[in-house]
Amino acid sequence: MLGTTKRRIEARQPRAETVGPTTAPEQAPARGARAAASGPAKTIEARGLDLYYGSFQAVRDVTMTIEPNKVTALIGSSGCGKTTFLRSLNRMHELTPGARVEGKVTLDGADVYAKGVDPVAVRRLVGMVFQSPNPFPTMSIYDNVAAGLNLNARKVPKAQKDSVVERSLRGAHLWDEVKDRLAKPGSGLSGGQQQRLCIARAIAVEPEVLLMDEPCSALDPVATLAIEDLTAELKSRYTIVVVTHNMQQAARASDITAFFNIEGSGRPGHLVEVGPTDEIFTKPRQQATEDYVSGRFG
Amino acid sequence: MEGASELAVHARPQAAPLLSAGVGWRRRAVNTAMTVLIGGAFALAMIPLFSLLFEVAKRGIPGLSVEFFTSDARGVVGGGGAAHAIAGTLIITAVAAAISVPIGIMAAVYLNEYGTGRLRRGLTFFVDVMTGIPSIVAGLFAYALFELFLGPGIRLGVMGSVALSVLMVPIVIRSAEEVLKIVPDHLREAAHALGTPKWRIVTKVVLPTAFAGLVTGVMIAVARIVGETAPLLVTTGVVDSMNTDPFNGRMQNLAVYAYNEYRSPGVMKQAAYDHAWAAALTLIAIVMVLNVLARVIYRRYKTEIR
Repeated sequence: MLGTTKRRIEARQPRAETVGPTTAPEQAPARGARAAASGPAKTIEARGLDLYYGSFQAVRDVTMTIEPNKVTALIGSSGCGKTTFLRSLNRMHELTPGARVEGKVTLDGADVYAKGVDPVAVRRLVGMVFQSPNPFPTMSIYDNVAAGLNLNARKVPKAQKDSVVERSLRGAHLWDEVKDRLAKPGSGLSGGQQQRLCIARAIAVEPEVLLMDEPCSALDPVATLAIEDLTAELKSRYTIVVVTHNMQQAARASDITAFFNIEGSGRPGHLVEVGPTDEIFTKPRQQATEDYVSGRFG
Repeated sequence: MEGASELAVHARPQAAPLLSAGVGWRRRAVNTAMTVLIGGAFALAMIPLFSLLFEVAKRGIPGLSVEFFTSDARGVVGGGGAAHAIAGTLIITAVAAAISVPIGIMAAVYLNEYGTGRLRRGLTFFVDVMTGIPSIVAGLFAYALFELFLGPGIRLGVMGSVALSVLMVPIVIRSAEEVLKIVPDHLREAAHALGTPKWRIVTKVVLPTAFAGLVTGVMIAVARIVGETAPLLVTTGVVDSMNTDPFNGRMQNLAVYAYNEYRSPGVMKQAAYDHAWAAALTLIAIVMVLNVLARVIYRRYKTEIR
């Protein structure tokens, strides 16, 4: 039985790109505070996290730090709890009836699950992109990108909304392709374009962290490459966590990799090892990690 | 292992004749027999429908006239029209829809989006019971309710609307619930992930996506109650003159009008019978128009959900 490795990765590499002044913990999501317009990306820490669906424990005792302005990849075989863990970071896990969270998740030091914290406020700070692109079918491309503003009834003057939409679409590398048909419905785009639209929608509300649940698994290799290039560029402004089944993608597109494993069917998933990507893939510390990344199982 | 090589030898030469043999005569015979049977069953089911339409058209058309659509039956013997009845049907149905649609859709939203556990199961059970309420019971309930406040013998247009909405609400709830279930969960998830409060997800994502289906469901419920006679007999009464105020006095409607003309034809029997058939034809026409309208709205507003 492999022992769990609880490793806290200190920042060994110097913080690469843009960093603003560090935000004080008081600005955390405790009272539904809005994040600063272009604040620095935040660190997420999980400590002793146990995730349940009813009485079934899906994830056991995860402790790790997600570094700001880096792409962290979560890899592991099917059913080992990577998506469940990802969804607990923006309080989407509790939307499933009967789902339960024990342990601690902090966003730059502030407990996300503390009493009195509004989950809606947490989700505005931690955005999510899903496996299948899901643009809103009743809305045009413009309205899809602006959905984060419209749905939260933020009274934004049109000119400002226009600039938010353009900035988000440019940030998602989609502006040139759709700038002439912003009023057309979002469902008329190809799969890769729809996924980039969903990314634009997520970054339009300016979250601090971007969670991506297998964003490329429904896309062809060309679209996949486009998304990977995009995440490499986005990490300068956001903290990005990506769940992926594709080891090659994790190897080439992430800075830090966390390997999850499951002991047997019906057992909870756990974190085996986390570390810089090239270390995980060339000289991992745990045998299970070595077996997985070399393709011996999973 | 010898069997394997035998199979390998036999597989190839026999494949070609097998494929070119075509469909055997026996299968073709069964195919034809089933086609005839199913086509015949369909025709059999259509016979009552077409014969009904034919009869009503045949007997109703002679009763149609400009006078039928423009004047009421006040003070006339044998002549007159059904304008008051047509207006009454439209007004009573509109008020019934105005009562039922908000209640029904909000209940469906609760059942589908928020409800859990015992309250939801209880509500679903009662909605199912309500779909089976006989229409006369709904009428008597509405009468008793108004009698409580306004004294015996009261007859109002709005009482008919209340009775009809008792019949309409469960239908609206059921069909709205089905439509809301079809809205895929990943849209709700996407809205959640943007940090949207749940009630706004319902009003700005779920309901707009389900809009076309909701309208269709409402139209179907309206078509169901537009020809109800029994509850209106005891609540809206019979009157010969035009009344467009549902809160004041009796109001005539097409179903009760047809019944009345047939039952008490008075001196000029044939004219009365003609009126009854013409009213029935008008009712069918209204239902048809509503159905067509429902289809048009559905096609125009439906959202392709992938």
